[in-house]
Amino acid sequence: MSGNGASSSSLNMISGEDVVNNNLSALVVDDSPLLRLLHDIHLKKYGLKVQVAENGKVAVDLFHLGASFDLVLMDKEMPVMNGVEATKELRAMGVTSMIVGVTSKDGPGEQQAFMEAGLDYCFEKPLTPEIISFLLEELNKHNKD
Amino acid sequence: MDVVNQLQRQFIDYSASLHREGFLDDQFTQLQKLQDDNSPDFVVEVASLFFEDCEKLINNMARALEQQQGVDFKQVDASVHQLKGSSSSIGAMRVKDVCIAFRSFCEAQNREGCLRCLQQVTHEYSLLKNKLQTLFRLQQQILAAGGSIPVVE
Repeated sequence: MSGNGASSSSLNMISGEDVVNNNLSALVVDDSPLLRLLHDIHLKKYGLKVQVAENGKVAVDLFHLGASFDLVLMDKEMPVMNGVEATKELRAMGVTSMIVGVTSKDGPGEQQAFMEAGLDYCFEKPLTPEIISFLLEELNKHNKD
Repeated sequence: MDVVNQLQRQFIDYSASLHREGFLDDQFTQLQKLQDDNSPDFVVEVASLFFEDCEKLINNMARALEQQQGVDFKQVDASVHQLKGSSSSIGAMRVKDVCIAFRSFCEAQNREGCLRCLQQVTHEYSLLKNKLQTLFRLQQQILAAGGSIPVVE
């Protein structure tokens, strides 16, 4: 599934009790310090515990060391190990976290290759409050099952 | 009208002009809404990272385009792609729009077109940096006067 960034919306509407969750953890994987900061603060606003990684290899190594996360935000284009390779590795390791690809506006073929690596969702950056809210609702549903 | 009210009014008017003139889009407003007591300098930090990114990427593009013995347009495009991503994330609409045009010239392997876009993106970045620094100065003045920063929708 892929989606586009939505237009503006007040955070007040979205940060209701049903989506502010203190039990969820997230890993933000992006080679851009700006995007790492942005997504870090954004997810913390919703009560998630957040770690960051600057490329796919750092992310994979974290999982190898025994870390686990409910949500992984995975950038596509990164040095050392890109998002496609990292996603494939994580799924091959048996990681069942929700992995959400975050891309610039690429052609449909490129997003498809990323999805086929094992993503749950793929959205254009930057993630909007609506998209984050949607992802957290999906995570909460999954945790209740 | 007291000092804080006047400063807040100046801030609101200046913010509105930045949006009206296309320097910033709604993404910047979303960033401002993320700022709170736990992350009081968030917007300034994001802007600083953006400035660093821009300068590094613009230098990369310039160096790549200087090569007389065949420009590596993929390398230029990679930098433009990154800049487009950063500028989208902060709401730097005019910078982002130049990047879109820039990518087309990279794809067409048009060096002259790329050089024109490089000039344009450098200009837009410089303008935006100046305007954001002005905005942040207004913010500091409001806080120093004991007021709070209005969020401009």
